[in-house]
Amino acid sequence: MNGEEQPGEAQPGLERPETDRPETDRPDADRQGMGLRGAADRTPAHFRRLHPVTPLLRGWAWLAAAIVFGGQNAVVSGDPRRFAVIIPVVAVLGFGFGFASWWFTRYGFDGDDLRIDSGVFQRRSRRVRMDRLQAVDIVRPLAGRLLGVSELRMEVAGGGESEAPLAYLSVDDAVRLRAELLARSAGIAADTPEAPERQVHEVQLDRLIGSTVLSGAFMFGVAVFVAIAVVVATGSGQIVIAGMSGFIPGLFAVGAALWYQLGRNFGFTLAESPDGFRIRKGLLDTRSQTVPPGRIQGVALRQPLLWRVKDWVKVDVDVAGYAGSSSSPQTSTLLPVATYHEAISVLRQVLPGADPASVPLERVPRRAAWLRPIGWFRLAYGADDRVIVAREGVFYRSLMIVPHAKTQSVRLTQGPIQRRLKLASVAVDTTPGPVDAVIRHRPELQARDILEAQARRARLARRVDVPERWMVAPGGDEEVGNGDPPAAIADGRGDSVPPRFEEQDSPGHGDSG
Amino acid sequence: MFAPPGEAWQPVSKALVTLRRAVLLFWVAVFGLAALVAGLLLVWWLAAVGLAVALVVLIWGLWLIPRNWRAWGYAERDDDLLVKHGVLFRKLSVVPYGRMQFVDVNSGPLERRVGIATVQLHTASPATDARIPGLPPDEAARLRDRLAALGEARAAGL
Repeated sequence: MNGEEQPGEAQPGLERPETDRPETDRPDADRQGMGLRGAADRTPAHFRRLHPVTPLLRGWAWLAAAIVFGGQNAVVSGDPRRFAVIIPVVAVLGFGFGFASWWFTRYGFDGDDLRIDSGVFQRRSRRVRMDRLQAVDIVRPLAGRLLGVSELRMEVAGGGESEAPLAYLSVDDAVRLRAELLARSAGIAADTPEAPERQVHEVQLDRLIGSTVLSGAFMFGVAVFVAIAVVVATGSGQIVIAGMSGFIPGLFAVGAALWYQLGRNFGFTLAESPDGFRIRKGLLDTRSQTVPPGRIQGVALRQPLLWRVKDWVKVDVDVAGYAGSSSSPQTSTLLPVATYHEAISVLRQVLPGADPASVPLERVPRRAAWLRPIGWFRLAYGADDRVIVAREGVFYRSLMIVPHAKTQSVRLTQGPIQRRLKLASVAVDTTPGPVDAVIRHRPELQARDILEAQARRARLARRVDVPERWMVAPGGDEEVGNGDPPAAIADGRGDSVPPRFEEQDSPGHGDSG
Repeated sequence: MFAPPGEAWQPVSKALVTLRRAVLLFWVAVFGLAALVAGLLLVWWLAAVGLAVALVVLIWGLWLIPRNWRAWGYAERDDDLLVKHGVLFRKLSVVPYGRMQFVDVNSGPLERRVGIATVQLHTASPATDARIPGLPPDEAARLRDRLAALGEARAAGL
């Protein structure tokens, strides 16, 4: 199968008994867990259709667009007849296509994979491998909530936008299918009911509002308003008109800030269950995410300048598959706002066995100031037996945490100025997402050691990492007790939170290293 | 620091230098001709300046290409692949075999002509920088197969 031009097939864990999927003839097509399969074979009879309101929900946007543009046209030309003809035609055509598309879309389990067949003229058959499932989201847009339907999204690594959305399903169907997907993905009986959950964190509304008010975009909006008010009050004539026109961008900035932080994260709760972390949020459109254990590839703690007053941080995570979708900034949020203390206690649960707050950090030597005059004293890194941590930023502080087991590759880089100063940077690569762990400006020899040590730690950590089928022990079919927190959490390393963002790290100028 | 002794560093094919020199010569020639034409049609000093620039680029390129070639290297260790390259901006990547998602072997028309191919290793991170240009086709095929086999043997999930 390997021609000269062909990618060598090297998907880890891809091999499975041939009897499982007899028609398979192209292993490289589903290298990321999704596969298009010869559409020749017929859709099995037990496959189901999506909810019947699907064509209506999908069609209304087109109809609205047609009405807006057609209406505008009719008003401009003063001739409503064309409008009266076009709109029904668009409506009939749109819903006709919508209906056909709905009729020919069916989904169900074929063997152990979820299979979705779709397409009216060009048939498409897609398989989602359960052991490769990275996350399952149920999204309920406002219109869907009114009609009692929701969209189920399965995220797999390397998938782009809309890899496998099942839109729309009735709410019951979506919840049931999610439970089945997670059970199959975990490697336990498919009819296992949804696991119980325990709430870990809830974002109170007053704090969410506070965090919105303290955001840069909101402050910018307010500043624009104040400036305009001053101009309008003191100026005259044209200046006032010019000032008034500035209202609109100001309004947008404030609106965006409000919506971004407040609307999307309204009622944010984070819960923990044996099949992973569950996140629920949203004011108008609601989203309920499930990220199974071992799917978090990296964590980013960030603190905008003004949040420091309240000691708030936000926590974003890398989950393979989330990065491909345009709503990535929205889906990658683990905590929209929390105190540092709360964030760390959540991190202890998200990264079992790791305690990012107690990792001793080491700063860069003073000569790094040539390359980073302001922030050099904030640059620091640390590693323990579970995670590697990189700290950066004076005004906008950040702390990147990557579990050793999730390290994809390690890179050492050195530019011309760095070479002069005998410094080098080490990048720890993770799957695409908000985490960008670069350990900057270390002394040359130390950087080289970090590189080697990280490669070694990553190798060792992978052996004991959570298996893809997380309820199945790596060696056999034993179920592992997953609910219990690892010992490191249970025996509580005290709730004191030492090094963190503050300056308690050792000022080791690691030239010796 | 970027090429610590003790690793079995492998150089890439010298044909890469030939290829890059040929490409450089081609573009310098195109630029020089354009300058010449511009000088004949417009003002004479345009040609002088253009040719001077072309000459500088040519000399600089001819000096840089072998240096850049020498900087390329890769080493197959037990558990990971090392790739180093770059003169001004030096880079060294460590890619564990178990993290590999797939391997690409590419060979364009010019590369085929001088008998080289490019092997690129992909992990789940787009930032992974593990591209090895200038491998003889046999070596490229061997490396690809070896990486694929090792990737499978040391397979790990995401």
